[in-house]
Amino acid sequence: METLELKRIASQVRRDIVRMVSAVNSGHPGGSLGCTDFLTVLYFDAMNHNASNFSMDAIGEDVFYLSNGHISPVWYSVLARAGYFPAAELGTFRKMSARLQGHPSTDKKLPGIRMASGSLGQGLSNALGTCQTKKLNGDKSIVYTLHGDGELQEGQIWEAAMYASANKVDNIISTIDYNGRQIDGDVEDVLSLGNLSQKWQAFGWEVLSVDGHDIDALKSTLAKAKSMTGNGKPIMIIMKTEMGQGVDFMVGSHKWHGVAPNAEQLEIALNQLEETLGDY
Amino acid sequence: MIEIEVLGNKDTRSGFGEGLLEVGKINKDVVALCADLTGSLKMDAFLKEFPERFFQIGIAEANMIGMAAGMTIGGKIPYTGTFANFSTGRVYDQIRQSVAYSKKNVKICASHAGLTLGEDGATHQILEDIGMMKMLPNMTVIVPCDFNQTKQATIAIADYDSPVYLRFGRPVMPIFVKPDAKFVIGKADTILEGADVTIIACGHLVWKSIEAAKVLEAQGISVELINMHTIKPLDKEAILKSVAKTRCVVTAEEHMINGGLGDSVAQVLIQNDLVPQEYVGVNDSFGESGTPMELMTKYGIDTQNVVDAALKVIQRKK
Repeated sequence: METLELKRIASQVRRDIVRMVSAVNSGHPGGSLGCTDFLTVLYFDAMNHNASNFSMDAIGEDVFYLSNGHISPVWYSVLARAGYFPAAELGTFRKMSARLQGHPSTDKKLPGIRMASGSLGQGLSNALGTCQTKKLNGDKSIVYTLHGDGELQEGQIWEAAMYASANKVDNIISTIDYNGRQIDGDVEDVLSLGNLSQKWQAFGWEVLSVDGHDIDALKSTLAKAKSMTGNGKPIMIIMKTEMGQGVDFMVGSHKWHGVAPNAEQLEIALNQLEETLGDY
Repeated sequence: MIEIEVLGNKDTRSGFGEGLLEVGKINKDVVALCADLTGSLKMDAFLKEFPERFFQIGIAEANMIGMAAGMTIGGKIPYTGTFANFSTGRVYDQIRQSVAYSKKNVKICASHAGLTLGEDGATHQILEDIGMMKMLPNMTVIVPCDFNQTKQATIAIADYDSPVYLRFGRPVMPIFVKPDAKFVIGKADTILEGADVTIIACGHLVWKSIEAAKVLEAQGISVELINMHTIKPLDKEAILKSVAKTRCVVTAEEHMINGGLGDSVAQVLIQNDLVPQEYVGVNDSFGESGTPMELMTKYGIDTQNVVDAALKVIQRKK
């Protein structure tokens, strides 16, 4: 898809995010805004998927796992705008009986979601399982994941990282939202990840880096990653991002990790985000 | 005169190993994952026959459970294998989110459950696993009683589209379920019909209860023995039908009294037909090293404990 069009979609997704969390005065806008450009490019440019006829088994389709499930607002908005369910349903986010639970779940059968996430560190393992099933089925599709950088403090991530390279799982493209922030502050201060790129390389992964807000770079990096699949190694893309990207008073601070803007703040935010596809 | 034919002596984990091989032949979607305990879980035969469907995960149980859940996307039926301790407590959150809440068709197969793991001691002797697993919504909990039944259950769960916890063990015990018996999930087996007391048991305690029934018979007490191999969903009808006749219950399990089979039975009785119940189980204690049979005696889950509980509960009948 053309870069200009992807930017228009991303702008609308950002509007959706701040409106969704503000409406229920809860949810996670910071990481959602930071991953908007990536998820827009993933769903509208990179992935082979069928939004109009969601299939849990995803035979012949690419699969995406959101391992850092708390940034559900961006995923829900992208899924809706891609056609998995009506955009109007975004207005039910975090409300009783809604399919759009606070964290993603399969429980209420929201199209587009294949695994619950929220308790961190599990998505990479889930993805590797699907990778192995695809190999058994002779299905050449790709499995994508997204992880928070803080999430990498979970031990299960490294169990999975070790498994993937040791077993030559080469139909996976994982990504990290490397914004350097987590709830208690900077990742560097809470529990440093050290040299992240070298860590993944040491675990046997091909590592790519990209500016997570440069749509062209995201397109080309994902295309490059796809071309590297099937070569015996798992692939990791480290995306340099800013928490709260797109809203000046949110950008670059951990303070908006799990805090929703009030009505006044919402107004300021929406003035910075062009309505391109029509608000839900 | 109680006559239960003993068909041989084997460990229930070997029943799992044979069942896994068999179900692998019947159902091409069955895959197996193991966390470095292939020999202990008797998964070698499956590995040899279906190497491409066997996944060695290494000592990384959290990754194993997560991968098993992910493998269901695309139609596989994953069986995970490790000790009961590492199958449950170590990975409770992974099971909760990726398997139970996400309602994935994963079969968590757990060996070396309970005290009868023996000499390795309390670090490995989990006695809380039935409780943990039965509390999870969407989870089915099965504790077969002998080699044949474990094999039958291993095969049966492949056709049951649900998360399943299948618990079995290490010691060699008598085989008494017929090799051609049909295993029905959620339907209890009445092993003995009797009039004076109902004993409801699972796992290795079913055999101990057969022994107890013989001792009680010699004292003129007629025992109705129910093998409650499925703890969830629980066969309430079988319980209520039996107590309508006997008016008292003993539950017997190789598990904590707190949260096990006995508590599930008590819930049914309290809400439907309040008759006296006595528990045979481990009473809020960790185990220790020893031979399986020594430990069963020391921790109060042996034949004599079932006998004593039966005599006591009969006294409590109004």
